[in-house]
Amino acid sequence: MKRIFVKEEVCIGCRLCEIHCVVEHSKSKNIIKAFKDENPRILPRIFVEEKGKVSFGLQCRHCEEPYCLEACMSGALYKDEKTGAVLHNREQCVGCWMCVMVCPYGVIRRDLNEKKIASKCDLCLGKEIPVCVARCPNEALEYREV
Amino acid sequence: MGIVIIGNSASAVGAVEAIRKVDRSLSITIISDEPHSVYSRPLISYLLSGELRPQQIFYRSKNFYEKNRVRSLLGRCAIHVDFKKKAVQLDNDERISYDRLLIATGGKPFLPKIEGLHTPGVYTFTKLEDANRILSILKEVQKAVVIGGGLIGLKAAEALNKRKVEVTVLELADRILSLTMDSTASSILEKALRKEGVHLITSNTVEAILGNGRVESVRLADGKVLNGQLVIVAIGVSPNVEIFKGTPLKVEKGIVVNERMETNIPDVFAAGDVVETYDKILKCYRTIPIWPNAYLQGKVAGYQMSGEEKYRYDGGFMMNSIQVAHIPTISVGLTNPPSEDGFQVMKKFDRGSGIYRKIILKDDLIVGAILAGQIDRAGIMTGLLRDMVNVKGFKKELLNDQFGFVSLPKSLRKERLLNIK
Repeated sequence: MKRIFVKEEVCIGCRLCEIHCVVEHSKSKNIIKAFKDENPRILPRIFVEEKGKVSFGLQCRHCEEPYCLEACMSGALYKDEKTGAVLHNREQCVGCWMCVMVCPYGVIRRDLNEKKIASKCDLCLGKEIPVCVARCPNEALEYREV
Repeated sequence: MGIVIIGNSASAVGAVEAIRKVDRSLSITIISDEPHSVYSRPLISYLLSGELRPQQIFYRSKNFYEKNRVRSLLGRCAIHVDFKKKAVQLDNDERISYDRLLIATGGKPFLPKIEGLHTPGVYTFTKLEDANRILSILKEVQKAVVIGGGLIGLKAAEALNKRKVEVTVLELADRILSLTMDSTASSILEKALRKEGVHLITSNTVEAILGNGRVESVRLADGKVLNGQLVIVAIGVSPNVEIFKGTPLKVEKGIVVNERMETNIPDVFAAGDVVETYDKILKCYRTIPIWPNAYLQGKVAGYQMSGEEKYRYDGGFMMNSIQVAHIPTISVGLTNPPSEDGFQVMKKFDRGSGIYRKIILKDDLIVGAILAGQIDRAGIMTGLLRDMVNVKGFKKELLNDQFGFVSLPKSLRKERLLNIK
């Protein structure tokens, strides 16, 4: 299965990945509307970490044996049988934060806007190339087989 | 014949999903004394509070058994296991033979010796039935008493409070959540709960439950009397091993298992809240009745029972994520280290924001953590603890609210980010 990897050496911390992630997961999928009209604005599912000159974007690693899935007591987290992506059923999630407690990458976040429901990367649900990878101007994100 | 599982929760599902990953044909039978298809017991407090729609209680889809080719005997009670003849005796005289058995009977609520414990209106709070029964009498309840200020008791109290019931929680220790939190974290939560209108009484307990055919009040150890029409007993759970008494199955604090989740009896496995396993932090064998461990142990047992031998369970540690009174908290590992023995405790508490962060180290390894108010990215800490990563080089960063992979040395960061679990 393909996964997203970061090359921190060429990431400049521009956060376009975060912006395009928000747009892709917005209702309108329109950059202006997503940021100006849609309320509350959704959280990006990729997060840029930055300190001094070091920066990189990080999102769900879609583990083979995901800790989050083992810990999820509501059954909201599941593995897509075809793609192997770790996905999240928002309806089923109760916001217990067990996933936040166990994810070794710290990439499942609480979405306080939407009734405490965690937000996480869905690999753009079957898109050939996830938008964060496609829109990175420096090719700092790579979508490839492990 | 084939695989028989007694139990129908996290461990059972973990086992079924593992078995089906490697084998579609093995026969699987699930026996559960509850008539429901697999649901999440920890979610019953959300049901009680009204936050959850009834269908959300189900942990897996309605076609879980069908999809995984599982024969489910729901509402049927296993009353005895004949380990010699490899058969489970059901309450209706039926015997279910097995090639391999998984005991995943979970925990059962611990009942204190209190006068009047069997008065109508007294409930435990671990099963769906408990929540439904309480919901059915809720209209008649103005005041309730919860015995036990642990996770289950507090979640029940908060749910009742949301339902406009006046709740008092009684805790024998001098603070709530005394087993998983330290005094600072406990007091943060106590303050928040009181602000929400939940009454908390510590260092005290119920001595007698009073009432004529129905609960009317409780008498405390100090003689004080509290009125209430509902009492919830939530002072802990113990392994549900009743039906194995007098059998050769080895039980200490819980059923004894090895790294393959095998018991002392050939072809008999056990997993979940009913077993004792190695605590990697406390370095002893004990029950650690938490959901993630139960699922993982079930999974290992499932793989082992279907002949996939590479999966092992080499131990676990306590961890809890609890949100009460709108304050998220996470506690992992050893949170109250003894003052001697060379533990290093680092902590930071911001009174204004109520954000608390505590990390416990030993020999430059993280052995415990408490986060309250701000829990984002707590899992990174849990991961460093689980994988026993030496944190000497970035110790100070651990207390930073912005702690992340950027805080790690580049080589360690690359190692952890590029090797997918």
